[in-house]
Amino acid sequence: MLVVVIAMGTYVRRMRRQAAEFQYAASLQPVAPPASGPTETVTLYIADDAAGTLRAQSAQIPLPGGRQQRAEELLRTLLRIYQQPGASHPLAPAADIRSIYLFAPGAAVIDLNAAFADQHRSGILDEQLTVNSLVETLAVNVPGVTRVRILVEGQTRETLAGHADLTDFFDPSTIAQAK
Amino acid sequence: MRALVASSKPPLVFLLVLTLLSAAPSADEKRLSVYSSVATYSLPVTDRGGHDYVGLLDLLEPLGRVSAEKSGPRWKLRYNAIDSEFVPGGSRAKIGGRNYDLPLPFLLDGSRGLVPVSSLGTLLPRFLGAPVNFRESARRLLIGDVAIQSSILLDSSTPPRLVLNFTAPVNPTVSTEPGKLHLLFKRDPVVPPGGQSISFDNKVITQVAYSESNGAAELDVSANAPLMASFSNGGRTITVALVPPSAVPGGALSPSTSATAPPGQAPAQPGPAGQIAPVTSGTPSRHVLAIIDPAHGGDERGAALTATLAEKDVTLGFARLLRHELEQRGFAVVLLRDADINLTADQRAGAANAARAGIYFSLHAASQGTGARVYTALLPVEGQDSGTFHAWNAAQAPALPVSRTLAAAIVNEMQKRQFTAHASSASLRPLNNVLMPALAVELAPGPNGIADLPSANYQQQVAAAIADAVAPFRDRMGAQP
Repeated sequence: MLVVVIAMGTYVRRMRRQAAEFQYAASLQPVAPPASGPTETVTLYIADDAAGTLRAQSAQIPLPGGRQQRAEELLRTLLRIYQQPGASHPLAPAADIRSIYLFAPGAAVIDLNAAFADQHRSGILDEQLTVNSLVETLAVNVPGVTRVRILVEGQTRETLAGHADLTDFFDPSTIAQAK
Repeated sequence: MRALVASSKPPLVFLLVLTLLSAAPSADEKRLSVYSSVATYSLPVTDRGGHDYVGLLDLLEPLGRVSAEKSGPRWKLRYNAIDSEFVPGGSRAKIGGRNYDLPLPFLLDGSRGLVPVSSLGTLLPRFLGAPVNFRESARRLLIGDVAIQSSILLDSSTPPRLVLNFTAPVNPTVSTEPGKLHLLFKRDPVVPPGGQSISFDNKVITQVAYSESNGAAELDVSANAPLMASFSNGGRTITVALVPPSAVPGGALSPSTSATAPPGQAPAQPGPAGQIAPVTSGTPSRHVLAIIDPAHGGDERGAALTATLAEKDVTLGFARLLRHELEQRGFAVVLLRDADINLTADQRAGAANAARAGIYFSLHAASQGTGARVYTALLPVEGQDSGTFHAWNAAQAPALPVSRTLAAAIVNEMQKRQFTAHASSASLRPLNNVLMPALAVELAPGPNGIADLPSANYQQQVAAAIADAVAPFRDRMGAQP
């Protein structure tokens, strides 16, 4: 009887641990499936904190058909690079792009989640590199985008993390000259 | 972000004024300003038969729940739990079950009920259950205990300065004209500081006069020399001081932009491409005013450089050292904050522009990277100039080529001294709102890491490099495009 009780207890503990591990693993899964289909070559502008500049990097990524969905997938790909260990410009794991809105003529609005801004490092260089990276990557890969605005949780925010001004539209051409 | 800031091209002013007059409400439009703890707002005043009227629904809407309807011959309004009835053309109303006599008839304009402005001092307490201070001649309505009192103190030391203390933060529009500095309070319930006018037994700052009209209050400071205003104590204190006389365009020691340069020196204006060249020989002909703006301050701490070191503290120490270095090289220097206080970006830009400085430095600090970064403004898409006025968010545009030249000179000087440095552009306010050459310097850790950031020795080396880099350009500053 004692042997049976001990064996049952061990079995229950193991099941609980497996359930907890499964729950943890599930929390790391993306909430939406990654885009699938044929891949396309895009140019990502990756911020490099050490050099204080952006560097262009080609990537093959699957992009969905819709223009807006393509823009969102593009920037989420960029974001995933910044969220990997050892990234050249680390961003918070909880940072995300909520949505991107494309308006005629040439206007794009990137809506960041609160964690993106709240957990962003504060400093002119850190913040400006993030802005430049998002704006340039979007403008170069989505034809027709000539001005980009950044919102946080759908609202205007004065600065990204105390420095980079987010109250106006950015001009990708002036950022391209500056990078 | 749509505000405009004036530059000095008089021939275009007339056309611009005509344009503005056709596009914007007239400056003479009558307004009623309402100040309460719930909301501060301004309403248009309507003229009816030579008398001022205002919409009662418009007036009460920001203050509570309100609804109105036409019911037979009566116009009924309910504010929170208080019912009222008005009869168009009649002077008797019923408010909360009690009769009230208006000084002029109630009017109905479509579905909009109008009451005479002259009635507000007695009419509104019936609805609000709170006292109101109605300054009728100025059409300023203060509801409850919202008045901002002020005290005025003249510090007669040399040079004199006038210290205005307010009981709550204020944000007036600052403007200057020869012999006067105006502080216009449109959104602050400022009340007279005792008398309407205070005269001083001082040869420089002679008088402060209070006036109020059309929903705004104004303090005018009279002086026999150009003045500038700076904010401190979280917007509760405004200090009016003399602009260093040698830094004033057209001042006794300052050549006008058309003045002939000393022998051996280049002309005082920027070159055709908007660039300026350093003076390589000759004696400085004048002082130039440099504005140093230590970023952040007060409860706005900036970056947390370490667990105990805030960016706002590093920038203030760095600013004081840069002031010393620039003064050593013949600049007149003003720090926009010399204490741990809050200043908005607009206040910083407004103070720099009003002072007509020759150069503006915004100082920052960061825990990432090494050395220093020098930034010029990254101008936004929107910001089209309108005639002689510059868009507020792109006011820096005409001075940007000069700013970039100075940024490159600073980086060059730092690299000569083995500092890591590079120049770039940043969307950093208030760089884009400043009319004169403007730079932001972000101090980063040195060879000893973050420990260098608060080090006076490290800061002094960077400050000396900046001052050495801009000093050769000093005599070219002030001649803004």
